[in-house]
Parts: sequence; C-alpha cells; structure tokens
Amino acid sequence: MRAVAIVSFAQSNAESENRSEVEILQPVAAEAIRRSGLARGEIDFTCSGSSDWLQGQPFAFVMALDAVGSWPPIKESHVEQDGAWALYEAWVKIQTGEVDSALVYSFGKTSPGDIGQVQSLQLDPYCVAPLWPDLDSLSAIQACACIEAGVVSERQMAEAAARSMRSAQDNPHAVRKGDFAAEDLLAKPYRVSPLRDHDCPAYSDGATAMVIVAGDRASQLCERPVWIRGFDHRIDPPALGVRDLTRIPSAAMAAERAGARLDKIDFAEVTAPYSHQEILLRREFGLADDIPVNPSGGSLAAHTLMSCGLNRIGDAAVRIASGGGDRALAHAAQGPCLQQNLAIVLEGE
Amino acid sequence: MAERCAVIGVGQTKYDAKRIDVSMPGLLREAALRALADAELTWGDIDAVVIGKAPDTFEGMMYPENYLADALGATGKPLLRVHTAGSVGGSTANVAISLVTAGIHERVLTVAWEKQSESNAMWGLTLSPPFSVAVVAGAGGFFAPLVRTYMHRSGAPEDTGILVALKDRRNALKNPYAHLQMPDVTYEAIRDSFMLWDPIRYLESCPSSDGACAMVMANGSLAGRTARKPAWVHGTSMRSEPVQFAKRDAVNPMAGRMAAQDLYKQAGIQDPRKEIDCIECYVPFSWFEPMWMETMGFADEGQGWRLTHDGTTALDGSRPVNMSGGVLSSNPIGASGMCRYAEAANQVRGEAGEHQVDGARIALGHAYGGGSQYFAMALFGTEEP
Amino acid sequence: MDIETLVKNATPLRGPHVIEYPFRRSCGPVLSRFFSGLREGVLLGIRSATAGVLVPPSEYDPLTAQALDEFVSVGPGGEVVSYAWVSQPRAKQPLRHPFAFALIRLDGADSGFLHVVDVGGDAARMRVGMRVAPRWAVERKGEIGDIEAFVPEDEARPAPPVLAVDDKPVRSVLTPIRLEYDFVAGRAQSIFLRALAHKKIVGARQVGGDLVYVPPRGTDPRNAEPTPELVEVSDSGTVVTYSIIRVPSENIKLELPYVCINVLLDGSDLPIFHVLQKCELEDVRIGMRVRAHWVADDQLRPSVESIEYFAPIDEPDVPFERIKEYC
Repeated sequence: MRAVAIVSFAQSNAESENRSEVEILQPVAAEAIRRSGLARGEIDFTCSGSSDWLQGQPFAFVMALDAVGSWPPIKESHVEQDGAWALYEAWVKIQTGEVDSALVYSFGKTSPGDIGQVQSLQLDPYCVAPLWPDLDSLSAIQACACIEAGVVSERQMAEAAARSMRSAQDNPHAVRKGDFAAEDLLAKPYRVSPLRDHDCPAYSDGATAMVIVAGDRASQLCERPVWIRGFDHRIDPPALGVRDLTRIPSAAMAAERAGARLDKIDFAEVTAPYSHQEILLRREFGLADDIPVNPSGGSLAAHTLMSCGLNRIGDAAVRIASGGGDRALAHAAQGPCLQQNLAIVLEGE
Repeated sequence: MAERCAVIGVGQTKYDAKRIDVSMPGLLREAALRALADAELTWGDIDAVVIGKAPDTFEGMMYPENYLADALGATGKPLLRVHTAGSVGGSTANVAISLVTAGIHERVLTVAWEKQSESNAMWGLTLSPPFSVAVVAGAGGFFAPLVRTYMHRSGAPEDTGILVALKDRRNALKNPYAHLQMPDVTYEAIRDSFMLWDPIRYLESCPSSDGACAMVMANGSLAGRTARKPAWVHGTSMRSEPVQFAKRDAVNPMAGRMAAQDLYKQAGIQDPRKEIDCIECYVPFSWFEPMWMETMGFADEGQGWRLTHDGTTALDGSRPVNMSGGVLSSNPIGASGMCRYAEAANQVRGEAGEHQVDGARIALGHAYGGGSQYFAMALFGTEEP
Repeated sequence: MDIETLVKNATPLRGPHVIEYPFRRSCGPVLSRFFSGLREGVLLGIRSATAGVLVPPSEYDPLTAQALDEFVSVGPGGEVVSYAWVSQPRAKQPLRHPFAFALIRLDGADSGFLHVVDVGGDAARMRVGMRVAPRWAVERKGEIGDIEAFVPEDEARPAPPVLAVDDKPVRSVLTPIRLEYDFVAGRAQSIFLRALAHKKIVGARQVGGDLVYVPPRGTDPRNAEPTPELVEVSDSGTVVTYSIIRVPSENIKLELPYVCINVLLDGSDLPIFHVLQKCELEDVRIGMRVRAHWVADDQLRPSVESIEYFAPIDEPDVPFERIKEYC
C-alpha cells in the first residue's frame, strides 16, 4: 500500500444556510486547498459525496463543480454517499499509482426539506417506505432493543449526549452544545420514546473539504502529516428485522480490517447520529472506557448529512496534527441503524 | 500496485420499456447472476461490489444501493455507489477496475442499472426549482441545440443522423438483449418519423428502458482461468468540466478529448484510427456518433460524419461503432455506459454473438453525461497488456 | 433601481419546491405472492438457510444472496420484539393518533416484521413481548397498507372477505411520493432574480478578465474564483443555437411546438435558455437578433418568468464567425 496522508481539512456547519450549495462549498474547498500548500492545478484527482434528495434536484453535484473549479478538465468522480466514501475512492485511486493527490469534498443542506421524510426514501420501497417511518423512529426501535437486551440504558444515553455537548463547547462548528447534567437531560420529554431530542442528531447545513497526498510529498507539505494506516468499509443487510439490532457486525469488521485493533488507539471520532449508537460502536470497536470518543462532539453536536463521516475523519486528523493524540480511529456510517460502516486508522508521524 | 485487471464475466438483462415481471432487486440480480455464471463464480467468490446509477429521482429512492446490498451478495463486504450523471455506467466500472489495479481486491462485481418505468424520465430530468422557467424538455431539449450547432459548423449532410439511426437499429436486430427490435426499419421510416426536438427525430432518439448490466473484474493471476477468454483492461480514463462557462465548446468538449488522449497514452496507442478495432460509444441521439468520432480522434474536426456515410462505422466497416445497437436501441440510463463497456469487452472476448466483429483485438467503451461534460472511457484487449 | 441597491437589499429568496410522483413498482414473483396474500387476508413468509423464515418474504437470503422460493404461512398473531412510541405522528404516517412503530415476530417467522401497533394512543399499553395481530383493512388492494395496524391480540378480528374481488396476482404497488422543500436561492441568484423584477438582467464579471456570466453563480466555474463584481447586461441578444420542441414534458406548460433558444445577451458571455415567440418556425436561425418581452409591469416578479419570451428584432443577423465561440 502507498502511504497517504491527510494534509489539510476545512469544514462549515450551520443550523441553516441561506447560501446556495456552491456558495457554501466554495470557501471551504478554497480553504482546504490553501492549507494544503498545493495549487489547484497540482491536485491530480477530485472526488465528492452528496445526495440529490437533500435539495430535491437531480444532478446537484454537477453544479457543485462550480465551487471547486474544473477547467482545464479534471479527473473527477462522485459517490452518492457520505464524503467519507469519496475519500475512500480517492484513496483507492492513489493506490493504483495513477495519481498522487486528491481533493475530496462533500456538502449537505438539509434545512430546505423535511429531513425526516426525505430519509424514509432509503427504506424498502415496497413494504417499509409506504409506512413513512422516519429515522428517529427506526433508531428508537434499535434503542429499545438495546435497552431490552441490557446493552445500554437511558442513563448511559443521556451521559453520552451530555458528554458530546460538553466536548462540543470547544468546537466552533458545533450547532448544539453546552454543559448539561445527565439527570436534567433524563427529565426532558421523549421525542420518539425511548429517544429524547438530545439523543437525536443535530442536523446542520454545511460542506467539508480535504486534501490527501501520497508519500514524501505529504511530508514536504506539512509538519506533521496524518497518515492513513488502514481503511475499510462494510455493509449489513438493510432489513432491520433480520439484523440483531444490538450488534453492528459491519462496523466491527471494517475496524478490524482497517487495523484498529493492532495497536493502541488514543481517541476515536465516530458517526453516531443517535446517542445509543455511540455505546454500540464503542463495544464493536473494542474501545476501553478510558479512550475518549468524539472529542468534537460528533453528530449530536453537528450532523451535516453527507459530510458528517468526512467531518469525523477530518476532526480526528486535525486533532492528531495539533498534537492531541498520535493514533485515532475515525468512522463513518450510512443507512438506517448504522447499516453501512467505514473505518479509518490515522496516525501522526 | 498497478495489478493487471481483466473482465472475466459479463451479464445483461433483457432491456425493455417496462420490466414489470421483476422487482428492482430482481432486475439487478438477473444481470449479476449472468455475469457470475459467465465468470464461473458464485456470490461468495466476490470481494466487493460497486453499484452505479443515474439520479435517484427515477426510482424515488435514496441510497438505493443500501437497500440492494444483500440482493447483490454484498453483506459483510465493501459496497460503493457511484453517480456521475449519464457517464455513471462507465465511471462505475472504472472504480471497480481501480479496486483491482490498486491491489485491494481480487474479484469485484460491478452492476449499473435503471428502472425508468417506476416513474418517467422526462419528469425525472425536468424538475425545475422555483424562480426558474422550465423550457428545456428533458435530455433531448438540452442536446438538440448542440446537434444543431454541429450541423451548422460541419456542414454535414442532413441525413447523417438518419444513417446512424438506421445502422444502429439494424445492428440491434443481432442483439437479443436490445430493447428496440425493428426488423422493418427503413431510411424512409426514420426520415418521416416525428420531429421531437427539432433537429432530432423520434427514431433518431434513444428509448427509455429498464435494465441492468453487470461485470466481474478479476486481477491478473485469476483472469484466464475460465473457459471463456478474459478482456484485459488496457486503460481507463475520466474527465469532467463545468456544465457552463464562457466560450465553452460543448459540441467537442475538451474533457472528452483529454479523456481519449489519456486512454491512448495508457494503452500505448499511437494512432487510434489504425489500432482500435471497434467502438461502443454513448450515442443517445444519432448525431452524437459523428460528434464523438471527432472528439475521440477518429476523424478530424468537422469530418466525423464522413465515417457514417462511407460505411467505416457499419458492422462490416473498417471500424464499427455500436455493434450492439447502442444507446439508440437500449437506454437504461444509469446502465447505458456500462453496457458500452460490457459490449466492448465481449468483442475482444469473442463473445458478442451475432454482432461480433471478426478479429476484434482492441475495443473502446465510452460514456458521457451531464451537459456533455462528464466522460468515462476504457480500452479492452485480447492480450495481457 | 441600481445594482448597488439591489445588492444591499438582497435578502435570499425563498419559494416552495415540490417533488411529487406516483411511483408504480413492479413486485417480482416473491412480493407478488406476498401482496396477493395480504389482499386475501393471509400472511406469507419465506424460508432462508441463514435467517430462518423471513417476513416480508425476500427473493434472496440476506446473508448469502441465494435465491429463495419456499413460502411458509405465518401469523396472523405475533409478538412485539421492539418498538418506538410515536407521540406526534407525522402527516404521512399510517395513524393520526399516537402509535408505535414496531418489529413484530409473527408466529412461525424468525425475522421481525416492521409495522405499526395501535393501542388507542395509550403508551402505557405498549410493551416488548406483547401479543398482537393484524387489523385488516376492509378494502384491500394488495399492498402493505392492507394491514391498517397491529392491535393487541384480543382486539383482533379475522380479515373481512375481500371487497373488490380480483383474483389476478398483484403485479405492482403504487407508492406515491410527495416531498416539499423550502427552496432558498443563493445570494448571487437572489440578486439576479430581484433585478428581473425591475426589468434588469444582472451578470457577474470574472475577476481579472472581461468575461461576464449570466446568470451569476457566485463563482467562475472554471477556477472557482468568486465573482463579486456585478454588471447589468442588455435584454437584447443573439440566438447562438436553438431547437424546436414538439414533445410534451410533464413539468413544462408551454404550448407545442415552441422554440427553445440559447440566447447570448449583449454584454454577456454565457448563453441562456429561453423561449422564442413571434416568429415563424421556419424563420428561426442561428445569428438572429432577439429581445426580451417582459410581462406586464404588475406581473413582474423575482423570477425568470418575468421574461415572458424573446421576440425577433429588426436588426441584421450576426455572422456565425462572431458567435461561433459561444455555440
């Protein structure tokens, strides 16, 4: 495998944006490129992640090209997935030896639509989607199963949420943050029982961009390159009824294959849109209780759909680059109740 | 790094306006199972799955690949979903190939599909946001002005498009998977067919199809172990440019020219006109054949139409184009690009059946999308590169 | 109103955007039997090697993808495995009063079946492990909604006989979708649209160059540089190419045939799509001069629709040589 490092990262997150996707993305992409030390024309490959359903426009990613520049023509691809999978495709492209560097970006603007309803479209279109269950309800079913099995408790969920919001106080990109006691959170009403508002994702609009570079060039570009030591993603079946909802086998498998268990992890950034999912992931990744999870605050503090996975990876990279740890596991997820999972192990030099 | 990659299995569904006999997963499985059988493999032999399709509005599903994961045997495996507009079938295959050439996986299944009959393509492509005025009627509405510009620039005979359509519709009769089968088609019938988007006639246009196409890619050491021959990948390329900018040449786009040149360079092709035996290229409206012949360097600028008129691009010509009947005969949009790759691969495998080009050694697969701004191409050969 | 004032007042425009379509989905052989069964008031599962009996039945094993074809009768009763209490139902969800989404393991099945449980809105009556059975719709069409809800088993009644007798297998299901968006036009687009309400067409000039983009997008698409300098361009222009549309499209209200032109406005370097009227079809040509025809003043709005159409003007054609870079 070629050594590949994250050399720059930029993000924007805001509860709701009045700018167009291009206007949100343009400064973020420009910032990531500027911080990389490369000129736009020196970046060999570009890959993005987005979903047409957020804005209700087919080919939304076509317009987004205006925000990164594509003249003269560029080598470019797009996944209709979270930006973390765009990063995976870019990393694969570098592994082929055809390119040495890549710009990866993603954007999501959930505020214009009813995101609960929009996301029902990812369910079995014959037997499930016609009932319009939203992700809050499906995640509540998962939380209920976990509570019933004794895997998590409502108190642990409240503690995870409180910890996220407390950690997020230092994160300028967080849209939900503060110092709350778990007791006070538990006193709040249910949104969809057993989930309360703070157990659910803090949706936000935003964009994310990252530059990755192979080998020595990365070392020349930054003082402390953050190397991708392992990278893998896996998927579980879609039907909730055939899954053991207390387990996330594809997450465990991805982390295992990414080498997360080979050496000590200093901290983890995981995509857990619902509080109980952080507890499930901690278990699947075999993270000891003293290992910090989501020092950024995670999705309970800012959940920019299509960008949140890439944000977790970027947040982890920034923390390592600034000396906040040497080795981290970052994780992205997609699909109802963490159906699809991606794990990446990052290490500072 | 830079592992060799070959196509060792190809599977296509029967293309049709409405495949109401199958579900969405059933449609994809039809193609995937045929590709696996062709490669003499089963679901368990596959390391990763790459799915491609064009906009999700066509089927009204978000992340349809996640719903389809277990239908394609992807449980516990990596699954990627590519979307690069109309070129997606090509770029999806390119991503699958890169997973092999990067040395990450040994065998990759790739599937591209569209089930357009679940909705309506004209609806799905013309969703105008507020404050705009909807005047561009679907893909034809967007591309007809480009065709007019090409006609104006090149001075091509007005019946060039008719001749392309006649050729592709006759080729389709030799392809059992082709959607449109018109045994009685004539020059006159095409000429007299209804003008939809003047200058584009009904019979010069692609249909809306349901269908899926699948391929199995394998690395160099695994290719060549099956009864049927592999199609070696000699190169892949992709280029994108903005949909609109001042003085953009959308008729002969730079992105298309660069993608072709990149491809030839990778494959060591000095003169594509001499070294490439046949081409499956994305021609949704007949006039795009001469346009893409120029973009890919098979003719000088303004001269591409001559290749149609002098029979070069005919099935028995010196460099046949769209032997399968092409997009004009079957258009499951998200899969159409992969169909081009699959048909090109089958030519060098000697598996193209009645539309086989004798002695095809190097074949080109081409796809484009968006406003003629996304290009994906691949070259397949009989020999290990 | 001058451009500066427009920019200063440019709050973003918002407007409703709706995506609506009655998707009709073909079922394939397995779901066809399942839905036909529901119409009869019968529940069917399918046996898989790795996950036992699946409800709804699947065409393939969820772990191995092997094809499945052994149907098994299940239910109608079952047990709630897990649930979510929905205290505020959303508009499209099956019940108007509070209810539960639940995974139900039907008798004879191994997988959980996702549906709704109706306990009359009383959350206290819901619990994991409770026995439930279907409350069947009186009028059944062969779709998931043929079960209105699951109810506590002692409240359940056998399925009433089918009303509309149709013994043909169910081959497809109708699954309508309607999504409503509060579309927000971006900053650059909002300025452009607000100017149209004043019969002005605004473009953006490329930084460090002369090229003008209409409509402005906020950046130069070639290099992604912001384009903050706005300029007014003419409402007259030249047809650089065109097509004549004779095919109907669901979202287009124009009468057929109509002429769709790519018009390069004087002062702009990017042609825009619009409609040409007041011109015989055979007279349309590349290079012809046209001018915007605006709607009546009281109809002017911040929308491209403020230009009703373009019409020919009495000026000599522009030679192709001069516009060929724009075609």
